[in-house]
Amino acid sequence: MPDAQLRDETKRGLTVRNLSFHYGPKTALDSVSFDVEPGTFCALLGPNGAGKSTLVSLLTRLLVAPDGEIAVAGHNLRKSPRKALGDLGVVFQQPTLDLSLTVKQNMAYFAALHGLPRKETPQRIDAALDRLGMRERAGEKVRALNGGHRRRMELARALLHDPKVLLLDEPTVGLDAAARHSITDHVHDLADQGLCILWATHLTDEVRDNDQMLVLHHGKILAAGQTGVLRGNETLSNWFLSQTEVSA
Amino acid sequence: MTGFWGVARAIIGREFLRFIHQRERFLAALVRPMVWLLIFAAGFRAALGLSIIPPYQTYITYETYIVPGLCAMVLLFNGMQSSLSLVYDREMGSMRLLLTSSFPRWWLLFCRLLGSTAISILQVYTFLALAALFGIVLPMPGYFAVLPGLVLGGLMLGALGLVLSSFIKQLENFAGVMNFVIFPMFFLSSALYPLWKMAESSPLLRDICAVNPFTHVVELIRFLLYLQINWIALFWVLVWTAALCGAAVWGYDPARGLMKRKT
Repeated sequence: MPDAQLRDETKRGLTVRNLSFHYGPKTALDSVSFDVEPGTFCALLGPNGAGKSTLVSLLTRLLVAPDGEIAVAGHNLRKSPRKALGDLGVVFQQPTLDLSLTVKQNMAYFAALHGLPRKETPQRIDAALDRLGMRERAGEKVRALNGGHRRRMELARALLHDPKVLLLDEPTVGLDAAARHSITDHVHDLADQGLCILWATHLTDEVRDNDQMLVLHHGKILAAGQTGVLRGNETLSNWFLSQTEVSA
Repeated sequence: MTGFWGVARAIIGREFLRFIHQRERFLAALVRPMVWLLIFAAGFRAALGLSIIPPYQTYITYETYIVPGLCAMVLLFNGMQSSLSLVYDREMGSMRLLLTSSFPRWWLLFCRLLGSTAISILQVYTFLALAALFGIVLPMPGYFAVLPGLVLGGLMLGALGLVLSSFIKQLENFAGVMNFVIFPMFFLSSALYPLWKMAESSPLLRDICAVNPFTHVVELIRFLLYLQINWIALFWVLVWTAALCGAAVWGYDPARGLMKRKT
């Protein structure tokens, strides 16, 4: 696909075209294509082993696929990785915090990795922590935080450089119900404010009827559209199980 | 360029913070060469007679002979320690944060390498100060002249650690690196005995020692400590540093190396 076309189609969102990836003979992703518009919360729903983490690795350039194209906020990830990664915020499934450093030190390290001006960094950190109610924890070592606070801190950090696309890979794994609810609500609010969100999960209760949804199974997109329309009269959990069982 | 320096400062600063938090690592890094210097060297002093070889202009004690080798040993172990922490970072997830920075991957890796080299050099100078306290004093200008050699040797051995870390799949496999990389590199070198001494036992082993890149690091340091330059050693250390840095960038290429495996 020509680069200009890819840019036009996405504007500020996320576009994936004909993305395939193999681990040796095993196919992890098979010609995956989708768009996520700005201001959209898109749930990437798939059972374990569906290919979600591989897709996240490709979107973050931890892996590079020989086939297919990815555009983040209009920047082709293959041709302009710096611009594309500069517009991408990520919360990985696995924690990526340095436990021996304080919240503020972790945030400052991330700010430098993204080339934020040193003078602006303290204000940005304060503002990002404020948004998630974490400012009073700024001086604490991450080791002292509970799981919910660590996740909130990772979310605050992912927003530090004002990304246009936010990618979250099963961000609520291991959290209690209250922390899960709080983070899910907050990220929905971010979509309402215009951010493009891709939320990978296997938990159907995190997805709302007016969210966009992609169902990934065995490396292929099984269904795409608005959640309420796709599930019809069934509960999302039953509909999802029926979809993934039929194709299994 | 501001962003590039900011990244360098952050990565190197983080390495130092981690180092400060790991006091045991600092102690181990000092105890190891001191044990060799004070115990091993004392035991072998009589057994391993030395002749006058460059850069020395007179007979020296065995303790004096092994000081450059022990400096290089500190660089070697710290390079491997850095490799271990890279594998740890990958398993713990923090490597992902580094590699998804919007800056070029080669720059991120180079900054990591600079950080680990800076810590190595700090350890070497602390070791040299302790050695001086125990009476093994080298020419004063040599302490300054050796700095470029330590930087180069630190970069070479740190780059070796980077290459290894890109191929080690799990933390548990690290013991294999100790057995198959550190010990052969250290013992098959001129760190503990001059090459002519090795030739008396086995010409083949002497030849292996002569091509071992670690030998070149040791000799580069040895000559610089006595305000001389061993051009052959300098040449090979430069070549190996460039080759290993290239291999590290290749090993961490997202299309080929590090994350290609399904872990």
